[in-house]
Amino acid sequence: MTSRYIILIILIFSFTFGSEVSEEMFTINNLWILIASFLVFIMHLGFATLESGLTRSKNTVNILFKNVSIISIGILTYALCGFNLMYPGEFNGIFGFAGFGISAPEGSDGLINYASGSYSYYADFIFQAMFAATCATIVSGAVAERIKLSSFLIFSAVYVAFVYPWLGSWKWGGGWLDQMGFYDFAGSTLVHSVGGWAALVGAWILGPRIGKYTKSGIRPIMGHNMPLATIGVFLLWLGWYGFNGGSVLSADAGAVSYVFVTTTLAAAAGILGAMIISWVVSKKPDLSMVLNGSLAGLVSITAGADVISLFNSIIVGFIAGIFVFSSILFFDKLKIDDPVGAISVHLICGIWGTLAVGIFTTDYSFTTQLIGVLSYGIASVLCAFILFYIINLAMNLRVSEEEELKGLDIGEHEMESYAGFQIFTVE
Amino acid sequence: MKLIIAVIQPEELPEIKEELLKKKIYKFTVSNALGQGKEIPIHEVYRGIAHEITLLKKVRIEIAVNDEYVDDAINAICTVANKYKDKGRGKIFVLPIEKCVRIRTGEDGAEAIG
Repeated sequence: MTSRYIILIILIFSFTFGSEVSEEMFTINNLWILIASFLVFIMHLGFATLESGLTRSKNTVNILFKNVSIISIGILTYALCGFNLMYPGEFNGIFGFAGFGISAPEGSDGLINYASGSYSYYADFIFQAMFAATCATIVSGAVAERIKLSSFLIFSAVYVAFVYPWLGSWKWGGGWLDQMGFYDFAGSTLVHSVGGWAALVGAWILGPRIGKYTKSGIRPIMGHNMPLATIGVFLLWLGWYGFNGGSVLSADAGAVSYVFVTTTLAAAAGILGAMIISWVVSKKPDLSMVLNGSLAGLVSITAGADVISLFNSIIVGFIAGIFVFSSILFFDKLKIDDPVGAISVHLICGIWGTLAVGIFTTDYSFTTQLIGVLSYGIASVLCAFILFYIINLAMNLRVSEEEELKGLDIGEHEMESYAGFQIFTVE
Repeated sequence: MKLIIAVIQPEELPEIKEELLKKKIYKFTVSNALGQGKEIPIHEVYRGIAHEITLLKKVRIEIAVNDEYVDDAINAICTVANKYKDKGRGKIFVLPIEKCVRIRTGEDGAEAIG
């Protein structure tokens, strides 16, 4: 019975297929988008391990809980309204909404003709939904170890349900910035900066963790597990092949391979940049900075992975590695406490990557890129500020001082992450 | 010569350390400990089942000092711990020391402690 259906479906496929793409290419394209989706999915594991590794053991359950919740919130809200907010079809360029739920085109005919036969509607949805969840995860690291779980979940839900897709529609939905010629290949601005701006506002409103900025200067609060942090970075890097490679939106051999190479070169150069500057400035090479450096390279190449030349992708990544180190020190000077360096990695390098498209290519103007960066900055900061402000008034954003000292694992979850292990809360 | 043993809540350690340094007490040993005291037990839930943890994480500080530093050391610990009003701030024990030897030089007594 089942095999009969499969034959029928194959027959329908072969008959209804549009003239633009062959059946084989459709299947291959579609498969690649699905592979890219699960690669982006694995980035969430990367975020979870990176964030737990770079924070203290008393907050690990909380970090993991946030990361697990976000993927749920991200996917569900994207299905509910996000997808249709981000891709409303024909709209005025500023705000459009194509209705609640996901609305697949009717019949298998419509499904295949969707996106000129490059991939199916469902593949498009799942790929974009993974992106949406990524945006909210960025905030989690910057506000870690002090934000109340409930406040964070409410913030993430609203931000990922409305703000991220609405702002995304300006470019990827075909909105006003797209018409202007703004370019952001896979989301240095649309995903990373939008998340990064919210991270900045969140960390600023919350204030630093107790004991970070003392009268006698800045006291480092060390992460509790460098191997976990390293696993996280490698998983994120792996996922980035889907993030950038999938953004080609087809399995075009040349384009996908090219994007893989620029992505890898930038990540490698990011490590080198962070290594050199941390070795020179702090006299010793710093693993946590090198980890951030590779992510910095990846975030910065995301905007122009398909248009920046191979040589320039190394330059872009290298400079990002230097930026991320300087930026982490800079935010510490401002007393904005970011436990995992999310603001520096995603916001600063996201901005850099977007501007780099204007600097290193001739097809896109620097001014347009700058207008894009600024408009996304203003809109994200405003939305994030209003949200955090209202949540803070209504239910407090931050846990009590006592809870913060004892750890959010016990305070928020009444659970320990390392029961039976001897990791104590010492300094 | 006295040995001061204090069992404190872990989160007080950084401040206590600072207070001790302020009072010119630079030498002490810190170890992790589990202890049961008067404070309210921690309520935990694991896979839907609630349980109470009464053996809680503590930090044990051992300070060997000459007699004139005993009060300073006790004050340093108490000023920090007393910022918190609830039960379970810990205990301080003061014991006499029979002998103290500095391993490298072989000196003993008050010299060796300082």
